[in-house]
Amino acid sequence: MLCDFCHKNIATIHLTELVGGKIAEIHICSNCARSKASQINENIDISNFLEGFIEDLTKTDKAEAGYKCSNCGLSYSDFKKKGKLGCYNCYVSFKKVLLPLIRKIHGSTSHIGKVPKKLDKKVLCELKLKDLKIKLERAIQLEEYEEAAKIRDQIKKIENNNNV
Amino acid sequence: MFENFLENKNSWLNGKGPESNIIFSSRIRLARNLSNYYFPWRASEEEKKKIIKEISSVYKNIKLLKDAVFIKIEDLSDLDKQFLLERHLISQEHTVSSKGKGLILTLDERISIMVNEEDHFRMQVITSGFDLKGAKDILYDIDDEMSNIFSFAFLSDLGYLTSCPTNVGTGLRVSCMLHLPALVLTKRINKVLDALVKISFTARGLFGEGTQNLGDFFQISNQNSLGLSEMEFIDNLSSVVKEIKEQELEARDLLLKKYRINIEDSVYRSYALLCNSRLMSSREALSHLSMLALGIDLNIIKNIKRDVVNNLFIIIQPAHLQKLKKSILSEEERDYVRASILRERLL
Repeated sequence: MLCDFCHKNIATIHLTELVGGKIAEIHICSNCARSKASQINENIDISNFLEGFIEDLTKTDKAEAGYKCSNCGLSYSDFKKKGKLGCYNCYVSFKKVLLPLIRKIHGSTSHIGKVPKKLDKKVLCELKLKDLKIKLERAIQLEEYEEAAKIRDQIKKIENNNNV
Repeated sequence: MFENFLENKNSWLNGKGPESNIIFSSRIRLARNLSNYYFPWRASEEEKKKIIKEISSVYKNIKLLKDAVFIKIEDLSDLDKQFLLERHLISQEHTVSSKGKGLILTLDERISIMVNEEDHFRMQVITSGFDLKGAKDILYDIDDEMSNIFSFAFLSDLGYLTSCPTNVGTGLRVSCMLHLPALVLTKRINKVLDALVKISFTARGLFGEGTQNLGDFFQISNQNSLGLSEMEFIDNLSSVVKEIKEQELEARDLLLKKYRINIEDSVYRSYALLCNSRLMSSREALSHLSMLALGIDLNIIKNIKRDVVNNLFIIIQPAHLQKLKKSILSEEERDYVRASILRERLL
């Protein structure tokens, strides 16, 4: 879960408050908690929290805030506000700004593991290419140049087919 | 609804699985989204209803779900929602603004799929005790069949796409619920939890909200979901959980060797309160049940079975009490009913 304030770090502090019989939850990372702690006086008030929250959002870089998803219309500043993406295509539309964030969260931007049974051809090709490129690198490291050349040809073939 | 769940002997809550006196249960969930719909928070009510209609008409074709039930969350009473929440079958988020949300649930409660929660599908398998592999095998089967039916949002580099980027990649969350009373008593727990965070795991309380840890239960789970394969995430968590279990055993040993009288005193005091109180809050009950469970594990208390206590941990929660009594109860009434059920089952 991302921090409700900076939307960058993982929230490690989870506050729960009962307000008028309803549960309000706030999730904060340790960095923001530290900087907020000095702002919070003895009477904690949820609305104060929210004010600070909105203030932080207005600092969003204007260039980034202008990005919009071509499918669902979510803007990058909407994403920063919510901490959630709107659709499949948001990941494509915001890729440039998302990748550093994803790297920060997970320490990686490369999925290894399960793959859906049903995939469209384009994704299948990309997966195959990804796999071959890993094999190519390994072959070069092991100085198996004959094998590497074979793999390189396979990669070229797939890439050429894709461009047609 | 759900009355027959109350004494569900087959469910993961029976606490009878492997190593279940410390590792209460194991859970794996996968987050999946459909490529042709907006993510639930962004989708219109109409779209969400369409998804509900689609999944509810096909889920029975999936082998392991053929006897499962489909529940529209909006059809449930507040009490039923709370009841499912207390049994970890739905999330807090799933109980609020319930329109267009659903749940697929097997009657043994092992498999559940939340529909239109943060993601279109949150599929989870819970097993009793320490059995992540068992949970994984079941979940893989379901995921494979689901991916034959639906077109999942997936990119070759980022993997499965999720509404929140903290779940992207495998969409996997693997967790174990641990009962760690000796680590809490010996005040070693904070060191353990600090170390966990450093190696990218999180710990939450099992009962209560957020990091509150009523009853000395902790839910340990992976924080990242990208960059390792599902099996690697599962193996990593397994070794961490085994290590914590060893530390708990060590702490129990220390308690017996150095503080036997003190620990016996605490256990018997808790036992006495549980057997004699007339009013008991859930916070108080959870902490005494935790001591009683420890007392049984350490062979101090011999006449009570551990699974009776495991069951009580669940049954003394507010919605469970009201289900048992088949009526809506005020907080004070619940404290009274809770105390009488504890006496009934422990004396």
